Amino acid sequence: MSYGIVVASHVEDIARGVANLAQQAAKDVPITFAGGTDDGGIGSSMTKISAAIDANGADELLAFYDLGSAKMNLDMAVELADKPVHVYDVALVEGAYSAATLAGAGLDLAGIEAQLAPLKIK
Amino acid sequence: MTELTVNVAQQWLDGFAAAIAEHKDYLSELDTPIGDGDHGSNMARGLAAVQEAVDGKEFANLKDLFKSVAMALISKVGGASGPLYGTAFLEMAKLGDTDSDLGDLLAAALAGIEKRGGATPGDKTMVDVWTPVVQAVQAGGLKQSDVDAAVNSTEAMVARKGRASYLGERSVGHLDPGSMSSGYLFTALINTGVFA
Repeated sequence: MSYGIVVASHVEDIARGVANLAQQAAKDVPITFAGGTDDGGIGSSMTKISAAIDANGADELLAFYDLGSAKMNLDMAVELADKPVHVYDVALVEGAYSAATLAGAGLDLAGIEAQLAPLKIK
Repeated sequence: MTELTVNVAQQWLDGFAAAIAEHKDYLSELDTPIGDGDHGSNMARGLAAVQEAVDGKEFANLKDLFKSVAMALISKVGGASGPLYGTAFLEMAKLGDTDSDLGDLLAAALAGIEKRGGATPGDKTMVDVWTPVVQAVQAGGLKQSDVDAAVNSTEAMVARKGRASYLGERSVGHLDPGSMSSGYLFTALINTGVFA
């Protein structure tokens, strides 16, 4: 079972930045991201998040988001996804970074989730 | 029971789109002190997409109609309103080939909104309009005064969901924009004459 990370933010630069940070810690973990609206504005887009889920080559995904409507669009994209995606209500930067590091170190989902639990803020 | 036909549903959507276009600036104005000021333009863009998807087309049942509406709203509205209104129509679509009772349809839509956004009555969200509206429809009729009272009830509430929640007590004294746009949705429903 391989794990990948998906980052969803209201701002493309935030999504890309968090993905870059996490990738630097876990070079072999597939990390994809979606940020902003379809027309490049600030907001979230189910279409973009679905594309980030589809583009991620891992078998099972751990997804992180910033604010409320990104979660709603992420939840809808997850319902339509053809692979399991878990959404975490944790601090975005710390959560994505921890999950990538732990997935890269070969932990299983339960092990990763145990370390994400104290980062829950939403 | 109040039956919703495809024909009445299309009139309802036309009326809603017209109301959103008319009150677009007002909705954004409501959204400015307690949100990000784009509710009117977001909804107007979404309803224009809805009209493009359904106008002049024939739909065999409510399921097909509401599914088209939901997909247009989800992909075009943005913000929190896209997933919330989109989910409402998607939940009605799920019932729409077997059940045309408006009370059942709106109750399913409300359950979807609550699940998607996690809001409960009193949080100063569209749920504060949808909840009494669903009750009135299930009890046999919906009046404009029910809708107005529900929308106005949000003014005194402290926001506990969405961007307005970051303002806490400072959100008091402002109408919730999503409740206002939901008010237009239900006024448009009354204006179809479905309860007459």
